[in-house]
Amino acid sequence: MNTARKTTDRITITIDGKKIETERGRNLVEVANENGIFVPSLCYWKHIEPPLGTCRVCTCKIDGVAGPACTETVDDGMVVEATTDELVDARHAIVEMMFSEGNHFCPGCEKSGNCDLQHMAYEMGLRQTRFPHVFKDRLIDFNPQRMIMEHNRCIKCLRCVKEVFTDDGKAVFSFRYRGNETRVGVDYDQEARLSDQQAIDAMNLCPTGAIIVRGALHAKPFGDRRFDLVSMQKVAPVEEPKITLPKAKKTVATVSLAGCFGCHMSLLDIDLKLLDLVKIIELNKSPLNDIKQFTRHCDIGLIEGGCCNAENVETLREFRRQCDVLVAFGECAIWGGVPSMRNTIPLGECLEEAYLNCSTSMPDESFVPYHEDLPKILDKVYACSEIVDIDYFIPGCPPDANHIWKSVLSLVAGEQLPVLYSEFKYD
Amino acid sequence: MNRKKARKSGVTKPVISLKRTGLLDYLWKVQNEHGYIRPDDVAACGEALGISTIEVEGVISFYHFLTRQPRGRITIYLNNSPVAECKGFERVREAFEMATGAPFNGVDPTGQFGLFETACIGLSDMEPAALIDFYPFTNLNSLKVRDIAAQLKQGASPAEICDSVPDHIRSVPDGDKAILLREYSPGDALAQLRNRAPESVLEELTKSGLRGMGGAFFPAGLKWKACREEPGTSKYVFCNADEGEPGTFKDRVLMNSLPGLLLEGMAIAGYAVGAARGVIYLRAEYRWIKDKLEHTIEHFRKMNLLGQGIGGIEGFDFDLRVQLGAGAYVCGEETALLNSTEGKRGEPRNKRFFPTQRGYLQKPTVVNNVETFCAAARVLQLGADHYLSTGTAGSPGTKLLSVSGDCRLPGVYEIEWGTTVREILQQCEADRPHFIQLSGPSGACISMQEVDRTIALDDLPCGGSFMIFSRSRNILDILRNYNRFFKHESCGLCTPCRAGNFILEKKLEMFASKLARQSDVEDIRSWGNIMKLTCRCGLGKSAPNALLMAQEKFPEYFESIVRQNPERLSKGFSLKDAVREYDRFSS
Repeated sequence: MNTARKTTDRITITIDGKKIETERGRNLVEVANENGIFVPSLCYWKHIEPPLGTCRVCTCKIDGVAGPACTETVDDGMVVEATTDELVDARHAIVEMMFSEGNHFCPGCEKSGNCDLQHMAYEMGLRQTRFPHVFKDRLIDFNPQRMIMEHNRCIKCLRCVKEVFTDDGKAVFSFRYRGNETRVGVDYDQEARLSDQQAIDAMNLCPTGAIIVRGALHAKPFGDRRFDLVSMQKVAPVEEPKITLPKAKKTVATVSLAGCFGCHMSLLDIDLKLLDLVKIIELNKSPLNDIKQFTRHCDIGLIEGGCCNAENVETLREFRRQCDVLVAFGECAIWGGVPSMRNTIPLGECLEEAYLNCSTSMPDESFVPYHEDLPKILDKVYACSEIVDIDYFIPGCPPDANHIWKSVLSLVAGEQLPVLYSEFKYD
Repeated sequence: MNRKKARKSGVTKPVISLKRTGLLDYLWKVQNEHGYIRPDDVAACGEALGISTIEVEGVISFYHFLTRQPRGRITIYLNNSPVAECKGFERVREAFEMATGAPFNGVDPTGQFGLFETACIGLSDMEPAALIDFYPFTNLNSLKVRDIAAQLKQGASPAEICDSVPDHIRSVPDGDKAILLREYSPGDALAQLRNRAPESVLEELTKSGLRGMGGAFFPAGLKWKACREEPGTSKYVFCNADEGEPGTFKDRVLMNSLPGLLLEGMAIAGYAVGAARGVIYLRAEYRWIKDKLEHTIEHFRKMNLLGQGIGGIEGFDFDLRVQLGAGAYVCGEETALLNSTEGKRGEPRNKRFFPTQRGYLQKPTVVNNVETFCAAARVLQLGADHYLSTGTAGSPGTKLLSVSGDCRLPGVYEIEWGTTVREILQQCEADRPHFIQLSGPSGACISMQEVDRTIALDDLPCGGSFMIFSRSRNILDILRNYNRFFKHESCGLCTPCRAGNFILEKKLEMFASKLARQSDVEDIRSWGNIMKLTCRCGLGKSAPNALLMAQEKFPEYFESIVRQNPERLSKGFSLKDAVREYDRFSS
């Protein structure tokens, strides 16, 4: 196979029925993407040979057999299925698994906007994960001299393990343990021997924000980050359909559960379109008009925030009863978001730390608030979709104002408005 | 980044001398001496091999029998396989905690006993069973546990008081049809090599249609031929004795009762493919068989059945060694097994090359399991025609089954391919069978509607595990046990297996807390199929098998455990359960 690599004879392969002329021995992921066939991959890194084949996102059917495209070199007559419904669904599922398995809090991540995992999810348009988030408790390793190993964000792609070595050839990273306990261990001695540039290279090699060099990442404003504006998929620009605002108004209710009201603020960011908005909707129960109780059955319910206490659950169920269409808008409503950071720690420990063992607590005087008038706190923050059926999801922390506007307009007008790549964010 | 060059430029002389392929043995050695692997040992290994300590840590932490913390002067590993759970695992578990004062996954305050759980230890015919300092203790119950603990406390060594393990060979085919479990005298098979060219051996094997008995059923003749045809003189023969599939123990019985037959099979393979060296990769759970194997090897060397010029055939050199594993089911996957023997983490390789092309140390390697080598020796000894006269046209020969679970006669059954499930259930006197798991958790489950199907390649292929669960067993408990097993044994390298099994576990918890809806059953099906499509090796691809099949075969059971007509307002969520923890603070 390696000898074939060196020859440069032209061959023809077929991907999704499209004949592609290329050179023998080239990597299939690259050939596909160069020819406008989107085959996403997260572990693949051009210089690592042999390719890792760990993330499995690039799974295709190659001559009828399912396998990762990244470990495949093209050969004459190769027939590849890359974008069947089954494969696309499986690919989405794997990226969703990474989000459910890790603890990815995009708005709090230094790598947000420059993160390969986030980018792939944007490209795929993933609004929510079909899997429940598992919220496994993981420690963050602050021991290395210059680096921080953020195990919550690691997707175990193996890139750092196979590529980062000291000048005398010693591995800095290695997988440790196995199964769902698998994590990347850092050799502190060897890490200290990396040059500053090598450390930064390691950080840049990491597809997510798992390897962070202290003080070496400088936040950039939105729009300037690598994956903010333009999709890597060559898609024809879509004409925005002209939508005539419907005459009949729809009733909308909104609420913020375990959220910060940021999503509601973002809703107000649609500026002049607010004038259009009031023409097409009538607000019922909502913090925007301070109507506390439902006065009638609504068409659309917008939910911000997940459920962290019994009152949230009650309210959410009330919304489900009162609204025909229920929309989770914002990360917290979709999967828990920032409040769910507590989910990796048992509730009891959280409360004891907050009320009993904190520096301001007084011995014998401190207690955990518990009263019949207080809503009971749930063992973890639940995603709205874990409790009731949710019909639609608008990601973002907060969602882009245009994204919210288009979604609401689509629901009211009954016509799907395309959301642009640049309007689709998790942070 | 050039690791080879760097190693040569090492300045100080390392404290120990060690080769990477000897790493596992060395780690075992220091652990046996000190009870655990100390930081100094890790550093010494790293220095000797010219690798960073984290790489050594990575290897150690991959195997669940290797430990960086003391696990008690006496370490007890209690098997938690599904059969053990049926036979009283819980009571024995409690008894061990009471008798030793140690909590599970921990050590008692005096440091004498360490208690741990482990996956199937290949004693399913004598469950509940445990390994104490790697010596077998079988048919445990509360009384026996108390007695064992008392003896150990008085200073008895586990080696003295362990149980002898019977072979439990229950049945062989009638007449002259037994292939494996028949009379054996050393050298009979090897004698057939005299005046016979390797090509002719391959021809005989190919003619017999012998297939790999590990579960993939790849034609052995083809594999050996491919290896023979690879260029190069340095080739290897590997025996996969990492029989880890829960419910399997027939390789244990073969190694215990016919170790010579295995050695002959391997030597024959060496002769046929042109390999002079062999390795038996023995799972750590079978450490108690290691001595027997090594004695047999020694005996064979003396009898000139191993070594130089075997059986007087000039140029026929073959010798082998036993490599002890360290506790990892995935090392039963052939490329993971090779990585493990090379002293690495036992992660399966990418399927770019067959081991026959690039195997151990990148050299052409034949990997077969114990039963296959034994059968190959018999094919040579009895002739392919004899082999072909048993079994069916599509699946000639016989198969060893390890029958366990709810039956009166658990043990090893040599059956002709083509035997029906019903016949086996009758022979072993199964007790109200309801759910039968073939080939272990990664295999297939069948219901009583299918008992007239046959064990055959074109019907129900079976790797060897035959677990019977009666009507009184809870199917969900069995499936959750399988799922925990795969979650724990996944090598962690690929996403769908590492995360998928974990996610399925959460889903199954929902079934256990009676919150699941019909849509959750469909989720499991869809998610399981994604794992089958995308996982890197057989472990991940087959991990959801039992779950998917159980749904198909026992739809009425799944109907009975999901909530009928669930409210739209409550998915898999119970407010009562969710506030339970907070209610602790009510007073």
